[in-house]
Amino acid sequence: MPERQARVGIVLVSHSREVAQAVAALAAGLAGGGELAPVEAAGGTADGGLGTSAELIAGAARRADRGAGVAVLADLGSAVLTVQAMLAEGDELPRGTRLVDAPFVEGAVAALVTASAGADLAAVAEAAGEAYTYRKT
Amino acid sequence: MDAGFFRRWLTTAARAVERDADRLTALDSAIGDADHGSNMRRGMAAVAAALDAEEPATPGAVLLLAGRTLVSTVGGASGPLYGTLLRRAGKALGDAERVEGEELREALAAGADAVARLGGAAQGDKTMLDALLPAVAALPDLAAAAGAAERGAEATVALRARRGRASYLGERSEGHMDPGSASTALLFLALAEVADDA
Repeated sequence: MPERQARVGIVLVSHSREVAQAVAALAAGLAGGGELAPVEAAGGTADGGLGTSAELIAGAARRADRGAGVAVLADLGSAVLTVQAMLAEGDELPRGTRLVDAPFVEGAVAALVTASAGADLAAVAEAAGEAYTYRKT
Repeated sequence: MDAGFFRRWLTTAARAVERDADRLTALDSAIGDADHGSNMRRGMAAVAAALDAEEPATPGAVLLLAGRTLVSTVGGASGPLYGTLLRRAGKALGDAERVEGEELREALAAGADAVARLGGAAQGDKTMLDALLPAVAALPDLAAAAGAAERGAEATVALRARRGRASYLGERSEGHMDPGSASTALLFLALAEVADDA
């Protein structure tokens, strides 16, 4: 039997620790069923305040990395900019880490469901991004 | 300008930010989320401590260390923005032992470019670029750059914000100085001050 393929990891970067953790729990709950892809929350600053922590993001990405790439979703301003700046630096995030352009909550659910189904990083990013096309009115 | 000059620049800037942190936060409370002063103070204090502990040997290494420190300690958007400015400038300087004015201008121009791309902003959007771009254009004259940065920051008062949190305020963002342009002016004032003392 072939070895199970590694899952794409998901990292959720929010200005708030609680938001990141709650969205991770929501996505895990809705993805349900079989084996889940790794999902890690990196919310707030290192001391628990509102903001973005490069250290928390780097740690979460390392924990989520199973060798198949890491999809990062970020909520606002400095969360997005910090991930972009870390990616531009080149050595602060695992190889194969990608910032995904997606709505935070809906994108996280789509990304985790897709990653848990064994899809590759490009498919996970696409599924998360497609959450933008679902109109609510 | 050697590594010592660049270390003095950033430690002088750290003191200026420390001194003006309340003013930066007051500016940010008008149109942002009231944390620019405390974020920059924390970041620049960490930069001064890191430069003290590691004493990087070249101008490029000083800027790289400072930039990395800002990204990891600031917690707000100014961390990646200033971090990108200094790191990109540091990379442009390479491992040269000494830097002439023209090389500094080119390095900071590369850094300003990277900041504009990262933030998706241009001059006139009421951001740090409104101080940064005129300052870089006035280099290598450091006193002129400091003056241009200050005038650029003053000019943001009349502008309507088109980037960042302040942009949600629309016309209510007019009449207030952009805090990022104010901290950028401090950075260039510190540069001119250190050159004067040399």
